[in-house]
Amino acid sequence: MSTATQIPFVEYLRLEPTPHLVANECTSCGARYFDRRNACAACFATDFTPVDIPTEGVVRSFSIITFAAPGVEVPFVAAVIDCGGTSVRANIINCPPDPEHVSLGMNVRLATTVVGTDSAGVEAVNYGFEPA
Amino acid sequence: MSRSDDIWILGIHMTKFGKHPNLDVVDLGAEAIQGALADAGVTMADIGILAAGNLLGSGSIAQQLQKQVGQTGIPAYNVSNACATGATALRTAIMAVKAGEVDMGLAVGVEKLAGAGLLGAGGRAKADNDEWERNGRFGAVGPVDGRIGTESMPGVFAQIGMEYGHKYGGADFELFAKISEKNHAHSTLNPLAAYNKAMSLEQIMNDVMIAYPNTRPMCSANCDGAAAAVVINGEKLKTLSLEQQRRAVKVSASILTSDPWQEACQVLPDVNTLTRSAAHQAYEQAGVGPQDLNLVELHDCFATAELVHYDNLMLCEEGGAVDFFESGAAHRDGRLPVNVSGGLQSKGHPISATGIANIWEVCQHVRGEAGDRQIEGAKVGLAHVIGLASACGVHILERSAA
Repeated sequence: MSTATQIPFVEYLRLEPTPHLVANECTSCGARYFDRRNACAACFATDFTPVDIPTEGVVRSFSIITFAAPGVEVPFVAAVIDCGGTSVRANIINCPPDPEHVSLGMNVRLATTVVGTDSAGVEAVNYGFEPA
Repeated sequence: MSRSDDIWILGIHMTKFGKHPNLDVVDLGAEAIQGALADAGVTMADIGILAAGNLLGSGSIAQQLQKQVGQTGIPAYNVSNACATGATALRTAIMAVKAGEVDMGLAVGVEKLAGAGLLGAGGRAKADNDEWERNGRFGAVGPVDGRIGTESMPGVFAQIGMEYGHKYGGADFELFAKISEKNHAHSTLNPLAAYNKAMSLEQIMNDVMIAYPNTRPMCSANCDGAAAAVVINGEKLKTLSLEQQRRAVKVSASILTSDPWQEACQVLPDVNTLTRSAAHQAYEQAGVGPQDLNLVELHDCFATAELVHYDNLMLCEEGGAVDFFESGAAHRDGRLPVNVSGGLQSKGHPISATGIANIWEVCQHVRGEAGDRQIEGAKVGLAHVIGLASACGVHILERSAA
């Protein structure tokens, strides 16, 4: 039996077969959530089904953060990505963090990055979006 | 017990905002309360309800303040609603008066924030040699702030402004900096502001970048301060002196909203929908429109936020916030002056005090008591505050006809 050497940084990131995000979609109205809900915040229905989120999108907003909590590498680009109608919060990665290289409306695609390895040798893999 | 549907601010007070190293929250809150009572011409014996807010404190600020200024056994409410805490305290007092349970209510908000640094960001880093362990609502194995976007307030509100730019165009770094330039210029006339120095556009743009496009002077100033207000119903007001009636300011609208569901509000706080909804309700309740306003104090926690609220409060047509600002309308000599106090960027933002201090500013003008920064002939003003997660308070204040 092989042991997993990589785990996703958050539960809504799936690494297999290729890295993508999964949301809980309300079966009644289609609202999507990356965390768990007792009832849909939009329509109060209680049934959800997992849906894959497109891995390509458009930068709808961003900020280049130069001051952050201890342990966070700065500067970095925080952004909201419109992935086919679903808004996703993410960092823009694999791109210089300056206004000359990041722009509103920019096309981006999901990418992964290893954030660290624990004492058991397991790597935690996070997602971001890179210029497409 | 008297009762009527109209609500008035009988007295209101704001302390100097800034650093008060020798005063604690109880000292500052008590100063605001005693100032508001003196302004109203009443004492704690007249007050039927106290609502108090202090976001970073122990949770019993109301009772602590009673022990400092007068314990009369009245119901005391400790309220907490992020940056809208002060407005929520005021609204709590207003609701008790409006319900006819009491004739007069007192609301106070106080905060000690000088030197607090960056708000919003946080999370525990993983200690070395630990094994990954999932935590929180996203089952994350480490802090998500900084790794999946940002939770820092300057970054969140930067994105809120940039999103407006993406939708309508025309909003760039320089435009946001110009908004800040306006507010810093306004603050030079406000002796109670934490900072009252004018700053040039160049100074603002070249200052330390906190979260693009917000540089340091484009961010609200963490500081200490308090504000308090005494509210009264119209029937009781008629029993008071002519001078008290003349100086009383009518609360033509008092609205509090939270955010309704929107597609993206789980990802980036939506400060727009609930503000627009609060403004709609307030204009309807007051029977006035944006064109009737003489001044607006809105929640410019960051320069990027001020822009979107021109639109949300319907001071301009939808999508027209950039043109509204570029026209000069929002300057103190413009068609509809916005943040003549200097706004949160220079007046300061002692969180729980903010939602009463903005009402104090409007009251000063409609009473004709704003001194050097008086907006001549001001009769009607609007005060707006927003707390993330979210809560929005909008009050419309009108000069007394007495």
